[in-house]
Amino acid sequence: MSAPFPLSLDQLPRRRPAIVASVDWASLSLPERRRLRNLGLDEGVEVEALHAGPIGGDPVAVRIGKLTLAMRRAHARAIIVAEGEAAV
Amino acid sequence: MTAVPLVALVGNPNAGKSALFNALTGARQKVGNYPGVTVERHSGRMALDDGRPVELVDLPGTYGLEPSSPDEQVTRDVLFGTQAGERLPDAILVVVDATNLDNHLRFVLQLKELGRPMLVALNMIDMAARDGLTIDDAALSRELGVPVVPTVAVRRRGLEGVREALGRLAAGGEKPSVPLARPLRELQRDARRIAAAATTSQPRGRALTRRIDAVALHPVAGLLLLLGLFFVMFQAVFAWSEAPIGWIESGQEWLAGAAEAGLPEGFLRDLLVQGIIAGVGSVVVFLPQILILFAFILLLEATGYMVRAAFLMDRMMSGVGLSGRSFIPLLSSFACAIPGIMATRSVEDPKERLVTILIAPLMTCSARLPVYAVLIAAFIPDRSVGPGIGLQGLVLFALYLAGIVGAMAAAFILRRTVAKGAASGFMMEMPRYQLPNPFDLLIGLWQRAWVFLRRAGTIILSVTVILWLLTSYPVAPEGERQSEYSIAGRIASGLEVVLRPIGFNHEMSLAVIPAMAAREVAVSSLQTVYAIDAEDEEAGATALGERLAERWPLPTALAFLAWFVFAPQCLSTIAVARRETNGWKWPIFMLIYLFVLAYFFAGLTYWTAVALGL
Repeated sequence: MSAPFPLSLDQLPRRRPAIVASVDWASLSLPERRRLRNLGLDEGVEVEALHAGPIGGDPVAVRIGKLTLAMRRAHARAIIVAEGEAAV
Repeated sequence: MTAVPLVALVGNPNAGKSALFNALTGARQKVGNYPGVTVERHSGRMALDDGRPVELVDLPGTYGLEPSSPDEQVTRDVLFGTQAGERLPDAILVVVDATNLDNHLRFVLQLKELGRPMLVALNMIDMAARDGLTIDDAALSRELGVPVVPTVAVRRRGLEGVREALGRLAAGGEKPSVPLARPLRELQRDARRIAAAATTSQPRGRALTRRIDAVALHPVAGLLLLLGLFFVMFQAVFAWSEAPIGWIESGQEWLAGAAEAGLPEGFLRDLLVQGIIAGVGSVVVFLPQILILFAFILLLEATGYMVRAAFLMDRMMSGVGLSGRSFIPLLSSFACAIPGIMATRSVEDPKERLVTILIAPLMTCSARLPVYAVLIAAFIPDRSVGPGIGLQGLVLFALYLAGIVGAMAAAFILRRTVAKGAASGFMMEMPRYQLPNPFDLLIGLWQRAWVFLRRAGTIILSVTVILWLLTSYPVAPEGERQSEYSIAGRIASGLEVVLRPIGFNHEMSLAVIPAMAAREVAVSSLQTVYAIDAEDEEAGATALGERLAERWPLPTALAFLAWFVFAPQCLSTIAVARRETNGWKWPIFMLIYLFVLAYFFAGLTYWTAVALGL
C-alpha cells in the first residue's frame, strides 16, 4: 500500500486497521466531541475504515474499538491515524 | 415502606435494553408520559422469586450522563432523583453489550459513582461467544464491585439470575453519594482496562454482520436492496391484507344484519347501522394494512437494518439540509406522523429537528391508506403492468413518492428560509444484525394496534356519530336531497364554493370537514353521506368504492388523492407539533403551508387530468 502514515481517518484504505494518533478536537463542536468520546474515540484506540456511502463516499462507516460508527467524512478528517498496536 | 421497589433499567442504545424489559415484565406494561416533557415512560411489574413485586422502569437509552437530547435528559434526571413524576429508583439495572464492553463499561463506571445499588446484565453473551470472546463474569464482577449476570435477553436466557440478584439488591437503599465526576477519558481508560482483564479473545469480529454489510452498504447493491425492501413493503400492504380485510367486512355485514333483524325500525337502528357500524367499520377495515406496515418498520428496527438505511440515505438527506438521522423519524411517519414527530427528539440539531417535524406530515401515514385504498380500488383498474407488479400498487407507490418528493422540496426551502443554520452532522452507532424475538415484535405491534383501535373507538366514533346526526337532520322534504338539505350539507355548500375550482363536489367538501379530526374519517364520512342518500334502496349494501366509481369523474378522484398527499388533516398531529415545538407558531405555519400545497396540487391534478381528457 502506498499511502504513508500518518493519515486522516477518511484517507485510510479500507480493511486496514490503524491506531488513533491524535484527534483535532478543536475542529469539532462540543456535542460532537462529547458524542465521540462517549462512543469510545480516544488516542490509542484501534480504528478501521469499513464502508463509504453511495454518493460521493459520504458518510463513512468506521470501526472504533469494537463499535461500528457511521459518521460524516468531514468528521473523520479530524481523526489522525498511524500504524501500531492498540494501547490498553 | 409500602411502596413497591422501583428499579431503573438503563443502558446504551442497542444494548438490548427493551428486549430485557419485555422479557422481565412480559405483557404487563404501562406506557405513560413524564409531566412537562414528551418523553414516554415505559414501566412494568415483575415478581421476584419470593413473590415480592418490583416496578421496572425502562429509561431512554443513553451513552452517558451528559444529556444531548430531551430523552437523555430524562434518564439523567431520573437517576439523580430530580425528574418530576418519578421517585428516586431503589436500584439500577444496567444492560451492557458483552461484545463491546470497553464502551459500555465506561457508562457502568459513571453510574457506579451515583452510589446506588446496582446490577449489571451482561447481555448478548451468545454474540460475544460467536465473536470469539470469552468473558469471565466473576472477574468482571470483582473488578467492578457490583453483581454481574450474563443474559441473552432476546432469547430470554439468564432471567432467573437477574431476578435473584435483584431480590438481593431491592432490600438495600442507601442515599446516593455525590458523584465524583471523574473526567470521561479517565473512565474510558479504566473501562478498557477492566474489559481487557475480564476478557480472553481470539478475535473473529462480527463476521456475519460484516458479510451482510458488504451487500447492504454496497453503493449499488445496497441502494437496490433498500429500494427493493420498500417496494416489497408497500406491495405487501396491499397483497397480504386482502384476506383479513374480507373477514372484517363479513363480520361487519353480520353485525349490521343482526342489528337490523333485532332492532325495531327507527332512530336507534339507523344510528347503529348507518352511523356506527358503517362508519367505524370502514376505518377498522384498514387495521390489517396498518399492522403490516408497522410490522415491517418494527422488523427493520429490531434487526438493525434501520441504521443502515439511514446511512445510505444520509447523503441525499444532507442535500436538502437534513441528515440520515431524520430519516428514521420520517420513515416512522409512514405509519403515523405522531410517533414520527416524537421520534425527532433523537435529532440533535434543533433546526434540523424543526424541519423534520414540519415535513413529517407529508410522509404518507397509515391514516391516508384508507382514503387511497378506497379511491384506488374504485378508479384504478386492477391489472398487471409487469411480472408481480400491479397497476394499483404502482399508483400507491407513486402517491407515496409524491409525498416524499414534496417533503424533500419543502425541507430544501425551509432550511434556506425559516430554519436557516449550519449544516447538521451525522453520527450513529451501527448495531450488529440480530434475529429479533417474535414476542418483542408482537408487543410493539399490539401497542400500535391498540392506539389505532382506541382512536377508532373514540375520535372516529364520535365524529362519525356527530356527522351522521348533522347529515340526517333536518330531514329533507320530498324532492330535496338529504345531503344538501341537512346542516352538514349547508356547511359543505359554503365550502364547496372554495373547493369547486379544484374539482371537488359537494360530498367531498362535506367529507373534508370531519377529516380534520383524522384523515381516515373522510372514508367513513363518504360512507355515511352516501348511505343516507341511498336510504330507500339497498342502503348499506353497496360498497363505497362501487358508489364512488359510479358518481365521481376520474379527474375529481385524482384531485382528491392529490389533496390528501398534502393536506394537514389530523388534529392530533397539530397537537403533537405544538407540544414538541413549545408553542403555536410552528403548528400554525405547518397548517398554512400544507393547505396551500394541497389546494395547489389538487387543482393542478384536476386541470391536468381534464386537459388530458381523462
